[in-house]
Amino acid sequence: MAILEMKHVSKYFGKVAANVDVNLSVEQGEVHALLGENGAGKSTLMNILYGLYEQSSGHIYLNGERLKLRNPKDAINKGIGMVHQHFMLVPTLTVIENVVLGMDSNHAILDLKKSAEEFAEMAKNYDMPIDPWAKVSSLSVGQQQRAEILKALYRKASILILDEPTAVLTPQEATALFDVIRRLTAEKLTIILISHKMNEIMAVCNRCTVLRQGRVVATMPVSEIQDASQLAELMVGQQVKLTMDKKPSTPGPCVLKVQNISYKDKHKVSRLNKVSFQIHAGEIVGICGVDGNGQSELVRCITGLIHPSEGQILLGAEDISKEHTSEILKKGVSHIPEDRHKMGMIMDMSINENLILMSFHQKPFSKNKLLNWKWIRSHNEDIVETYNVKTPDIYERAGNLSGGNQQKFVVGRELDRKPALLVAMHPARGLDIGATKFIQQRLLEESERGAAVLLVSTELDEIMELSDRIVVMNSGNVVGIVNQAEATRERLGLMMASEV
Amino acid sequence: MNETKKNNAIFKTLKAAYYPLFALLIALILMAFIIKLMGYDPLNAYQVLFTSSIKSAYGWGETLAMAIALIFSALSFSIADRSGLINLGASGQLYMGGIAGMLVATNFEGLPSIIHIPLVLIAGGLTGAAFGAIASLLKNQFGASEVVTTMMFNYIAMHFCTYLISGPMKNPASDLAQSKSALPSAVLPLLLKGTRLHAGIFIAIAAILFYYILMYHTTVGYQMRVVGMNPKVGEYAGLKIKTNQLLAMAIAGGMAGLGGAIQATVIDVRLTIDWVGNLGFDGLAVAFLGGHSPIGIAISSVFFGLLLSSANKMEMLAKVPSSVVFLFQGIIIALIIGRRIFQLGLIAKWKSNYQNKKSEASDLLEMTRDAEKTKQDALALKQMTKKGSEE
Amino acid sequence: MEEFLVSVFKMAVPLLLCSLGTLFSEKAGTVNIGLEGSMLTGALFGVLGSYWTGSPYIGALIAMTSCVVLSLVFAFFTVTIRANQIVMGVAINTIATGLTISLNRIFLTSASVVKVNGFKSIPIPFLNKIPVIGEVLFDQTVPAYFAYILVFLTWFVYSKTDLGLRIRAVGEYPAACDTVGINVARLRYSTLLYGGIMAGLAGAYISTGQLSAFSEGMISGRGFTAYAAVIFGNFTPLGVFRSCMIFAVGMGLQYRLQAMDTPVSYYFWMMLPYIITIVALCMYRKRSNAPKYSGIPYVKG
Repeated sequence: MAILEMKHVSKYFGKVAANVDVNLSVEQGEVHALLGENGAGKSTLMNILYGLYEQSSGHIYLNGERLKLRNPKDAINKGIGMVHQHFMLVPTLTVIENVVLGMDSNHAILDLKKSAEEFAEMAKNYDMPIDPWAKVSSLSVGQQQRAEILKALYRKASILILDEPTAVLTPQEATALFDVIRRLTAEKLTIILISHKMNEIMAVCNRCTVLRQGRVVATMPVSEIQDASQLAELMVGQQVKLTMDKKPSTPGPCVLKVQNISYKDKHKVSRLNKVSFQIHAGEIVGICGVDGNGQSELVRCITGLIHPSEGQILLGAEDISKEHTSEILKKGVSHIPEDRHKMGMIMDMSINENLILMSFHQKPFSKNKLLNWKWIRSHNEDIVETYNVKTPDIYERAGNLSGGNQQKFVVGRELDRKPALLVAMHPARGLDIGATKFIQQRLLEESERGAAVLLVSTELDEIMELSDRIVVMNSGNVVGIVNQAEATRERLGLMMASEV
Repeated sequence: MNETKKNNAIFKTLKAAYYPLFALLIALILMAFIIKLMGYDPLNAYQVLFTSSIKSAYGWGETLAMAIALIFSALSFSIADRSGLINLGASGQLYMGGIAGMLVATNFEGLPSIIHIPLVLIAGGLTGAAFGAIASLLKNQFGASEVVTTMMFNYIAMHFCTYLISGPMKNPASDLAQSKSALPSAVLPLLLKGTRLHAGIFIAIAAILFYYILMYHTTVGYQMRVVGMNPKVGEYAGLKIKTNQLLAMAIAGGMAGLGGAIQATVIDVRLTIDWVGNLGFDGLAVAFLGGHSPIGIAISSVFFGLLLSSANKMEMLAKVPSSVVFLFQGIIIALIIGRRIFQLGLIAKWKSNYQNKKSEASDLLEMTRDAEKTKQDALALKQMTKKGSEE
Repeated sequence: MEEFLVSVFKMAVPLLLCSLGTLFSEKAGTVNIGLEGSMLTGALFGVLGSYWTGSPYIGALIAMTSCVVLSLVFAFFTVTIRANQIVMGVAINTIATGLTISLNRIFLTSASVVKVNGFKSIPIPFLNKIPVIGEVLFDQTVPAYFAYILVFLTWFVYSKTDLGLRIRAVGEYPAACDTVGINVARLRYSTLLYGGIMAGLAGAYISTGQLSAFSEGMISGRGFTAYAAVIFGNFTPLGVFRSCMIFAVGMGLQYRLQAMDTPVSYYFWMMLPYIITIVALCMYRKRSNAPKYSGIPYVKG
């Protein structure tokens, strides 16, 4: 008998379909894996179950009773708990304050001491000891996650949703988490585990449901899965071959040489660890890995937005690791940023104004600090035409364009500068097939022209099609560097998931 | 081709102007209710307020004289705003500009006007600029919020001015706390006999042109706008955020300082206690109603010039306290920044429902196509796994 | 000395009322510089109420009610409409300026009202006999005693109650509060209204309590100082108390030095409180307790 059922659940954000006709059935005491790529709709589905979003259509049943979840409180009252990927803990408060925050059963005057005793007792019973009086900001990531799980249990959760729980954990912490999960299911708790890592699903899950583009493609017992590649195929599907006629590259001189760079963030957590690789002119090097394994920090180091704590970044023969972004951009580096909305363009400016963001200070864009709009306009009209940006005119507000057209003009702006080094991060994320193919073709042409291209992507196909060499990253480390000819999905997948 | 482009531009201007006009209308209706509640006749009040001045050359002169000061004050707010700072310190910058201008204007007897007047303006502008820049420096250096510091500087400048005119700058011939009058050679000439409309209007127009050219035709202004709209993008493009904001704040302060020097020497002729009054915040309302655009500021400064210069007449003829103009300003600012208020109601809901249905329909089409593909994928996979297990 | 202490405490009372009142809404993530206008409105309605009813206490109630209305407008625009909080604060201040001047002319100036009944000091027996501090602390008006209690009360609510916990959490991480079922908008509304009530009382204390009259623009930046006190007090009740006292000493000193024959002009002492505020803001570097989501409207989902 299924304890939880979601029937024909769909969710739309405006025109975008995040979930379409999803059926999910979870049994009591099992660990049910929810599998899928980035953007497959896993998190949206679980946010619906937790009452954060309301489904556009479909129903949810708990123990056969239909649920109407208007907000998380309804879900909590029904015994549903969720540990979000980004922890929902207030860092300035103590563990126990976070645990009791917002509970209906609280008295007006808090008796934290009593709650802390109960909580510590419960934590001990689950074998997850934690100091209730510690400030959350002083805890390690693993401990914070433990606090999140206990917070849900303290609210008497019987179904626990874990959203990518191991994404932020060290391998040791992950092993400990799996022990906890086994322990919880032994106590008849039901767990839904969102993940895209094959090995952890094989390790702890009973059944799994695979989502692709918002739809369920399969539900099966984990015991029936032969190997990781089968799940990979299910997750990714057999994509239409984007036949790129990539000519074999003839690498020129070395353009970018990254030597042993490391970076620690402001919490002193190591994000990059002695990363080294190089790119020659006319070559595309792909960085592949699960999101959040140091790719973003690497790109920010190369473009001068942050500075590595050690190591060198040589552009040609110059060390740019301490340079300001403006200096680096002047040296012929173009950067297609990971999030075009937050970084790459200004929504409230026209396309015309957005297109000069990187070159406005150069001749003939401007002379004596005066912008030459006449020249700029004709130049920008050329870019819009060359890069196939669909817009009524170049004076259109950039935010009014579709995602594909926005990305096209960002790419156009960056390539127009004829860079010696092009850093492209997720250049085709969220785009339709046509725009994706267009942009990928442009990257190829750029390398044929003689630019060194650094391509960061989580799409394996994209990486394998375009890159001459592939750098695989995991937890801020370079796991290995593979030549295109030797790269297979399986090999890359295993490297991405490998423990370092 | 050219014709359609022109039409497009007109259409865009209209589109930008419709909301401020709408807000103005709503504010007028609201104000009518409030005036009614206070026990006066709103129609009579509006009639005096809006028609008395435009009937006479005197009225026009006074309206435009008021608009001159408002333009500088509004530009001071808008320029800082473009770079992402909130400059509540126009009052203080006006005071300091006025003081510096007056220092030059009461001294250097015998200088020809052609030198004396520019000296007054330069002194006012530079002092205002320095005063504005301090707030930005304190923010860059110590992280002190410019909102509070600029406000505090207003009071400091006000007391400083009072100190000067009751001490070092006091006119010994007068019992009141006030400075000597500006020398005639330092005062911009009046343009319209019997009114206070003065040649400063050309400087005000030039200031608006400067603002337009700076923001839309120079790389300096372009950088400021990028930093102000989205500092993240600014960083990505390698722009220096603090430097840009410092420069913007100096220019903003310079504008107010220039306005202060002109207002003090031409309109007030001498420094008196509280001579700036509410001018600094009047400018804020002008800037918001004008949508921070050069043309918008020009038009709304004339509108508020009319309002402020006729307010006393309204008090005399319709008995409505002139201070209701402040109320009106506050309501306008609130309506302009609270634009979403008109997107809340039923219309918005109906609209989104309609759009949802439309998008659902198109999604359905795509869905069936995708579902077909997914099915094929699943089939292919099944065969694959079968093969796998046979092996 | 005693005279000086008396004036310090007189200056401290409205600051304490206003800053402690607004501490909750600031901590919950809304920046309210409309306090200046709220205090001004409170000052006027306190006098008006006292003039109408003869009782300064009813006057204070009317003052607080008027500020609830003003705060409701502010809350609606900033929380529901998500308008820029600082500009909205300026709008509220401008509205308050216009409203108070107009009503003052209509009701008070035209009727040539000079003075109304003010708060009377109620000495506390025995305690008021303590030398020096006796008269300073225990021969005061009701709002002043309330301000003392408020320091303790605010500390208690802030650190010991469920409500305090919610407030501390909301400005820090509204999304997290949403996931445990806290209504972020409702909490921000209620803290803003409460802050308005306290600002109204503070305004009434300044007008009815100190001068027994209203004059245009009489708050002269004290609302901003109250806001600065919250920042300089690192968003904690005791910190706010401390910074209010520092600012009050600055203001008391100002009057003391004005009266004394110092070589420095009287007008420079008038600037002292404002300069102290700026210096305080520049010295506040640690920001350990400043809410992370201060000034940012919360969008659900």
